[in-house]
Amino acid sequence: MSTNTLYNDQGGAEAAVEVGQESTPTSSGTAAGFGLFSTDFKKNEDLKEMLESSKESLKLEAMKRIVGLIAKGKNASELFPAVVKNVASKNIELKKLVYVYLVRYAEEQQDLALLSISTFQRALKDPNQLIRASALRVLSSIRVPIIVPIMMLAIKEAATDLSPYVRKTSAHAIQKLYSLDPEQKEQLIEVIEKLLKDKSTLVAGSVVMAFEEVCPDRIDLIHKNYRKLCNLLVDVEEWGQVVIISMLTRYARTQFTSPWKEGATFDENNEKAFYDSEEEKKDQVEAKPYVMDPDHRLLLRNTKPLLQSRNTAVVMSVAQLYWHLAPKHEVSVVTKSLVRLLRSHREVQYIVLQNIATMSIQRKGMFEPYMKSFYVRSTDATHIKTLKLEILTNLANEANISTILREFQTYVKSQDKAFAAATIQAIGRCATNISEVTDTCLNGLVLLLSNRDETVVAESVVVIKKLLQMQPTQHCEIIKHMAKLFDNITVSMARASILWLIGEYCERVPKIAPDVLRKMAKSFTAEEDIVKLQTVNLAAKLYLTNSKQTKLLTQYILNLGKYDQNYDIRDRTRFIRQLIVPNEKSGALSKYARRILLAPKPAPVLESAFKDRDRFQLGTLSHSLNIKATGYLELSDWPAVAPDQSVRNVEVIEPVKEWAPSVGKAKPPKQDDKFYSDSGEDDHEEEEGEEGSESSSSEDSSSSSSDSSSSEESGSEDESDEKSSEESDKSSSESESEQKKKKKTKKAPQKKAKPTTVDSDSDENGNGPVARTSSSSAESSSESESESEDDSDSDSQQRNRGSKSKPKVEVKAKKEVSLLDLDDFSPAPLKAPKSSILSPSLLSDLEGLSLSTVSSTMQVNIPTFGPVKSHELLHHMTGKGLSARYHFPRQPCLYQPNMVAVQVTLTNGSDHSLEEIHIGDRSPASLNLHCFNTIERLEPEASVTVSMGIDFSDSTQAANFQLCTKDDQFSVSIQPAVGELLMPSSMTEQDFCKEQGKLLGMNETSATITLAAENSSSQSLSKQVLSVANVGVVSSSENNIHRFAGRTVSSGALVLVTAESRESSTALLTINTDKSIMASMLLRDLKQALAQA
Amino acid sequence: MIHSLFLVNASGDIFLEKHWKSVVSRSVCDYFFEAQERATEPENVPPVIPTPHHYLISVLRHRIYFVAVIQSEVPPLFVIEFLHRVVDTFQDYFGVCTEAAIKDNVVVVYELLEEMLDNGFPLATESNILKELIKPPTILRTMVNTITGSTNVGEQLPTGQLSVVPWRRTGVKYTNNEAYFDVVEEIDAIIDKSGSTITAEIQGVIDACVKLTGMPDLTLSFMNPRLLDDVSFHPCVRFKRWEAERILSFIPPDGNFRLLSYHVSSQNLVAIPVYVKHNITFREGSSQGRFDLTLGPKQTMGKAVESVLVSSQLPRGVLNTNLNPSQGTYTFDPVTKLLTWDVGKINPQKLPSLKGSMSLQAGASKPDENPTINIQFKIQQMAISGLKVNRLDMYGEKYKPFKGIKYMTKAGFIYINWRLLCSSSEWTLAHKNLY
Repeated sequence: MSTNTLYNDQGGAEAAVEVGQESTPTSSGTAAGFGLFSTDFKKNEDLKEMLESSKESLKLEAMKRIVGLIAKGKNASELFPAVVKNVASKNIELKKLVYVYLVRYAEEQQDLALLSISTFQRALKDPNQLIRASALRVLSSIRVPIIVPIMMLAIKEAATDLSPYVRKTSAHAIQKLYSLDPEQKEQLIEVIEKLLKDKSTLVAGSVVMAFEEVCPDRIDLIHKNYRKLCNLLVDVEEWGQVVIISMLTRYARTQFTSPWKEGATFDENNEKAFYDSEEEKKDQVEAKPYVMDPDHRLLLRNTKPLLQSRNTAVVMSVAQLYWHLAPKHEVSVVTKSLVRLLRSHREVQYIVLQNIATMSIQRKGMFEPYMKSFYVRSTDATHIKTLKLEILTNLANEANISTILREFQTYVKSQDKAFAAATIQAIGRCATNISEVTDTCLNGLVLLLSNRDETVVAESVVVIKKLLQMQPTQHCEIIKHMAKLFDNITVSMARASILWLIGEYCERVPKIAPDVLRKMAKSFTAEEDIVKLQTVNLAAKLYLTNSKQTKLLTQYILNLGKYDQNYDIRDRTRFIRQLIVPNEKSGALSKYARRILLAPKPAPVLESAFKDRDRFQLGTLSHSLNIKATGYLELSDWPAVAPDQSVRNVEVIEPVKEWAPSVGKAKPPKQDDKFYSDSGEDDHEEEEGEEGSESSSSEDSSSSSSDSSSSEESGSEDESDEKSSEESDKSSSESESEQKKKKKTKKAPQKKAKPTTVDSDSDENGNGPVARTSSSSAESSSESESESEDDSDSDSQQRNRGSKSKPKVEVKAKKEVSLLDLDDFSPAPLKAPKSSILSPSLLSDLEGLSLSTVSSTMQVNIPTFGPVKSHELLHHMTGKGLSARYHFPRQPCLYQPNMVAVQVTLTNGSDHSLEEIHIGDRSPASLNLHCFNTIERLEPEASVTVSMGIDFSDSTQAANFQLCTKDDQFSVSIQPAVGELLMPSSMTEQDFCKEQGKLLGMNETSATITLAAENSSSQSLSKQVLSVANVGVVSSSENNIHRFAGRTVSSGALVLVTAESRESSTALLTINTDKSIMASMLLRDLKQALAQA
Repeated sequence: MIHSLFLVNASGDIFLEKHWKSVVSRSVCDYFFEAQERATEPENVPPVIPTPHHYLISVLRHRIYFVAVIQSEVPPLFVIEFLHRVVDTFQDYFGVCTEAAIKDNVVVVYELLEEMLDNGFPLATESNILKELIKPPTILRTMVNTITGSTNVGEQLPTGQLSVVPWRRTGVKYTNNEAYFDVVEEIDAIIDKSGSTITAEIQGVIDACVKLTGMPDLTLSFMNPRLLDDVSFHPCVRFKRWEAERILSFIPPDGNFRLLSYHVSSQNLVAIPVYVKHNITFREGSSQGRFDLTLGPKQTMGKAVESVLVSSQLPRGVLNTNLNPSQGTYTFDPVTKLLTWDVGKINPQKLPSLKGSMSLQAGASKPDENPTINIQFKIQQMAISGLKVNRLDMYGEKYKPFKGIKYMTKAGFIYINWRLLCSSSEWTLAHKNLY
């Protein structure tokens, strides 16, 4: 062993000498002078010298040769001390090569490796992000347990780095640290949690990878990021896409209910419904149609474009996602793409075919139109051929079997014998699966018996044997035919099989069997062993059934066998003789001879080798190997009842800048989409919708699609007998119209059209009564009505209004606008506030959002939990029965980012129904207001909650508008508290302090206040602040200082609130913002809230 | 994910190894060699091999096996796709991906692999980014480097990696701005003995070579985009624009790249541009067989059929052939029984033919397997599907680029298969019963 390695090293060193001689003439002289024995030692000496020289180029040369050694697998570890000295080199290439070396050998030379750590620690602070990242990469790749704490620290720091590239590196480092020291799991999960919130597409893939490696079971970390990941997916780099998709597949299986109504896997829900009440069964199914969770739909919708990816792994992972998650009728969208992958490299084909094989067992229909793509080519590798054969067999049905059989006939002639044998097996399977062709196949197989090739014949006989065993009644003809062929067949295995068959079914061919035995008796001595054995068997069976004719023959054969050279045959003969020939010594067994020899043998089952593979998730290594691979994560079954879907709600507030290009927001499609009627039409609309959403100027398509949606709407009354397939189709088409909506909302403000939306209400599960949604035409108001109530900031208001004043309203043709609006808003009813699932989290199509330049300071989120204060908008006395209350849900507005979301609950307190409730004129005229859609009808005692958006332009001036019914108009006004004009912003303490530093002097307002007794605890203090203002808590390192950060909704100006509690229950309240009026108002409000109980 | 990578040459030597996590002994490859021995052909080595502690996923390109060592569950296609990407990168860097090229550039290879994977997870696989990180070796640069001691490692983080267009680097400058597009289509067909097409499909790719200054935004539109049945894009193509308008809109990567690959639906009848008249017979009892093959062009729209290559795997019983080609050269390998005939260009006036006799093993009976005939050819300036590029527009930059488009049709695989049509009465009878 040792000599061996020695020898190897020598060889390597010698090779290196040659390289060295070529490249560095300086070293050749020294190297040449030494003998064979000392070269390897000397060689390394030489390298060492070069490394220690002062010349960069020499060092680099040495490192290159060392890397060459490493690449060849040679040991270069004794150079460690010399190499590690160069870790701080200025030369980037040299440094990189040293890194390569270090990572390779650090594990073996732990103590020496520590010498390099300080260099990396320094580099971690480098202003160049590339250097920071590479330092972290190498530091985390050094597998030395002592530096775990250092690594931990570095990872934590890098996770908050401004550069997304460094953050990505830190996500990679998490996995490395975890594999080095699993003890760190808890801390690492914290980092993962933080990074999961990252909005950069660069980070997303890597952090999900880390998640999968470290804590794949912590599904709760995904909830809040689910929608973001779905939306970012298209922009993530391709490798990340694969990882994210597979993670989301697992996630979806735990969070959504099964979309599969029928099929092999009944989910429990369905079964329950089935048994619950027989007589009501039908009604129930109709009453509770499956409604796909909008998030589920979101995932399917956002992954679909990835089927067009050039990366085969991405396509495959989308395919498996559809297979495991999509409703049955939607899965087939992946077919085409999978078939496309078959034109890729051999290895890709192999994996894809394996997956298609599994899929085609369950769903023939998916691949049947592409049957010809699975025709075997003579240049295919054997395992590809076999897989194609497998798929063709799976696809065979009554209609196409003749084509397939014809194809198989060609394959049988193939020169690749293993493949020909597999074909025969496949024919056998077709024969058993499709009863119409059983006889055809049998005949064909019988023909193959005359093939010269041993494998073909043997395989045919085996398959025929199996086929005959399955239905032994009607083929004495075939047995006869085989008996006839028997003389011509030379392959021993085949002969043996025929003999076995004749023996097994000797009673069906009573005339032929003895004759075959006679022939065999003649040629017995010349036969192969295996044939001899079967001859003995045949003789024994015949002796039992037809002893009159065959007694002598049997004895003759048994005698021959007794003296055979092969002991197997002698043994068998002895055994058979004792068993069947009655004599005085024969034991109890001979009574049972007939039952032993002629026992009915179970027919072998011919089934696909891929039958049991569906237990594994498609596309996985485990599926490919049909073995559970290490680290395989089971795909859970669908839950019977979907877990709370509101966990995925997040407040995502984006900086205004980012919002600008895509104002409309994709709210996930809600379930209660009862406005479509026909799936066929939906398909059509889906197409149209896509076009409409994409092309900025395709008026045609958008108007036509809105036509269809409006016509559907009119027929929306009788929806109760919907089928589930239609349901889901609808939701998909709805999602499309969602996209459309986005587009349109983008357009709307430009045209100054002010569409209104009505919210619809539904219960948590989306199964409840659905409030009708309808639309009103866009309205515009040019009336101005100045009614400023708050004098203190009217100045700033004026200014704002001045700057905001927009060109004159374009009056559009009424009809067209209304069509557009119908299209825009009616199919997307919004959730009611009560259910608290208003989920405005999904931002547009996120094209601009994924910019990785978003620095962490700019990210805004963190939901707040302020109490919901409801204010009166219209008293029912003034409103002639109509009363209205409003509150601020403190969620980002769906319509425009600079609007404050307001939810209005309208209640009809009168005794007659109110019709056409809508928003009329507004004041000031330039007030930017997003109306709700007209409520067609509000029954007595009914109430409905709608949401609207108002752009207050960061002032507390009231928004005045008219609430109209069909007959009346009521002037109402909404005046926001200053705290409602903010939205929370998340930042780190450092960022906070940094930003605060920029907002000093004029921009700082502060006051000392006396805290009420119950507000002295830090918890209640933050609670009070949060209830007054919609701000986010900034984690603080000091106990007595509380920091809150927010932005104004309209202009996005930072508002920083600091509350420093001091002795004797006083506190210093500081507000930093450049909106000084807001600051003073906010201070006043806060003072009030904190000072009194 | 990917633990280690071993490169194995045709003779079974490991000539390069790289580990991304802790070192895996190269003895793990023994399992691979075992599988290699079992396989009759190099292609038959299964791509995924389980071993007691690891899984080996390999691809074979340019007669080199790239064997990746995996320790836990990972989508196998992920690894396979990545390995192919590695090969493509090598090819891009060194021109060829051979053992010699890799050995000569072992340092660059190592640097590349180091950048492409971090802890086994792909980091930078875009060739444009890699080229900014590590400059491809050229003769000139090698000389300059040796003299000045400068390196071929970039000092800056590639701008692309942080931008929304990671495939393009910034600050590209050319004096001649040009954009070339090659539409290359391949026919893949199986034809039966009588000349009727069993399956035929067309796959096409559009390869681009774009050398444009700055950040150009290109749109490419087709006369007949409906022909394209299934497409896959380079990530630069805006998918939604395609969905809506069937226009390819993209900011191109710099240099060579594959813009699009597509499939022309099999519903459209594919006209095979050549026909073959063949007559290959073996007589029972005699040790002679006749071989007669004639090629002719069909529906080529006046374009010449070039680089025609016919190959056929003759039955094992054939000892030797004595054939006479009217043009081109033919070879017959008595060991593998592979007949290849390099025809060259088909002249419609004088059709090429290959005639003669085959000598069979004495005493052997008539071979029952009929040889398949495999044809390859090229037709310049024609896309067989009829796909036509309408126009190419550039936005975002001021200059006028030079634009060029080239069409080509290739035969990927055309097999003339000796399908047994009616040779066996019993099978046919049975088929009749079916209808």
